[in-house]
Amino acid sequence: MTAANQLVSELPLNPRARRRPLLPIIYWVVVAITLVPIAVMVVYSFNTAPNHRITYVWHGFTLNYYAHLADLSGLWQAFVLSIVIAIASGLISVIVGTPLALALERHRFWGKRLLTGILFVDIAAPSIVVGAAALSFFLSIGLHTGVTTILLVHVTFNIAYVVVTLRARLSGVGTALEQAAADLGASPVNAFFRITLPIMMPGIVASFMLALAMSIDDYVITSFVAGSATTFPLFVYGVKTGLPPQVLCMGTIIFAVGLLLALLNGALNRRRPVG
Amino acid sequence: MTAVDTSAMTLPPAPVRGRRFARYATPYLLGGVGSLWLIVLFLIPLISQLLVSLMTGNIDQGYQLTWNWSVYRDIFVGADVNYLLFLGRSLLFGATATIITIVVAYPVAYFLAFRASARWKNGLLLLIMLSFFVSFIIRTNMWVFLLGGQGPVLSFLRNLHLVGADAHVLGTAGAVIGGMAYNDLAFMVLPIYVALERIDPRLFEAAQDLYGNQRAVFFRTTLPLSRSGIFAGILLVFIDTVGDPVNPSLLGGQSTYTLGQAIQNVYLTQQEYNVAAALSTIMMIALGIILFAYARVFGTDNIEDLV
Repeated sequence: MTAANQLVSELPLNPRARRRPLLPIIYWVVVAITLVPIAVMVVYSFNTAPNHRITYVWHGFTLNYYAHLADLSGLWQAFVLSIVIAIASGLISVIVGTPLALALERHRFWGKRLLTGILFVDIAAPSIVVGAAALSFFLSIGLHTGVTTILLVHVTFNIAYVVVTLRARLSGVGTALEQAAADLGASPVNAFFRITLPIMMPGIVASFMLALAMSIDDYVITSFVAGSATTFPLFVYGVKTGLPPQVLCMGTIIFAVGLLLALLNGALNRRRPVG
Repeated sequence: MTAVDTSAMTLPPAPVRGRRFARYATPYLLGGVGSLWLIVLFLIPLISQLLVSLMTGNIDQGYQLTWNWSVYRDIFVGADVNYLLFLGRSLLFGATATIITIVVAYPVAYFLAFRASARWKNGLLLLIMLSFFVSFIIRTNMWVFLLGGQGPVLSFLRNLHLVGADAHVLGTAGAVIGGMAYNDLAFMVLPIYVALERIDPRLFEAAQDLYGNQRAVFFRTTLPLSRSGIFAGILLVFIDTVGDPVNPSLLGGQSTYTLGQAIQNVYLTQQEYNVAAALSTIMMIALGIILFAYARVFGTDNIEDLV
């Protein structure tokens, strides 16, 4: 080993090589703070609440509220509505957004810059403005607000997330495989279903999940266009004086299912690294 | 089938023209529905909001478009409520929360990008995003529960005589800003992390070959190269926090009333649609000016590539 080599190996070559405890400490403190409200939610969903509102005092462990979720009037209907709207808006936005992502990523066409701009503003604009604008529009054309308008608006913001996710997936893939398929005599439609769609599938699944999450958690935009309909976030927000324990149970269930789906997705991606 | 065979063998002019047409039409066929959806349900509503703000009338008799530009003047000058103060408060809360998220998120993203081992990286990223799996409204309500007057945090501090008997957290600007920063932290961590991951490690070697010490390498290589991530994070967090009505409503009080709350209130409770639409337009314009100025002063890459 030459002297020069020795010198290089002693120097910290890049940040990966440095070892100081400050960064891990900051990371774990941040994670701990992040977890505080989640832990409180999970723990207090098992606490007996004599007045049907969560209390600071621990009255004893119970599974009662999980068993009687439907006892809280409106909670179950709100939850079902949220799930239905999430799945419907997720499916529609994937069906509409996937070809749009293909068009934007692989073709030149008139109005492309405008469309990219609209998608950017769709993601960047504050929810309150998007919700207020949607309500202005529905009032102007005389469309009554309700489940339909919630669905329309959720698809509108979800399309943008689907397109961004899928464009990231498509960029850098190129069209060599499709060209090879065409050389082998595949029709464009055949090539799409046998080549392009399988390549995009992990991105489509990821964007569908993202759309589900965005839709289930949206409060601000929905509050404008909901009319008399009540989704889960609207229901929780509407409870003003202390939360009923069933709300925490529902939150805990959504948390567990979401985490499970994320872990499952991660495990599947690890098994098939090339999509 | 026969059409495909003949075109493959002899390439007559007609199918070629047909194919050229197909190539020209493909993007419109692919993107048509999505474009139409976005134009009708996003672009037109944004424009219609501007028009609604210029209408006059009331909820009972309906609204007519009268190009009533004075609504904007009335909001700033003659209104009974000080909307300008609400706007200023929204911007101040949003800016403070954004700065806090940058300061907290940067070391976290740096740790994830450079210090976490490849094996645990995904798990550590998931931990940071864990709060996304809990409804935003419930999360914020849990902080209200914890920080309430009789809650465990204040009781504990009171028992230690660290705070007085009348000490409170809820209703203060600090609680609102803290809630905003908490709820949006991951929106800052992720883009900075992605930007740091993208840096070619050979650049650190090059910086050290040029006798840069740790501080110089960070400030002259790492930080400038993660600028696009910081900008993307600022876009997401600042815009979201400035418009957010939820944290001020749940964690705040009278003295923390923001423009986001005012828009919601005037639209949904007072139902003065023209005033609410004008307030919303004002927020959009204020955000546009600030972000444009930021991009001009600090410079950035192509904005559209960031999101």
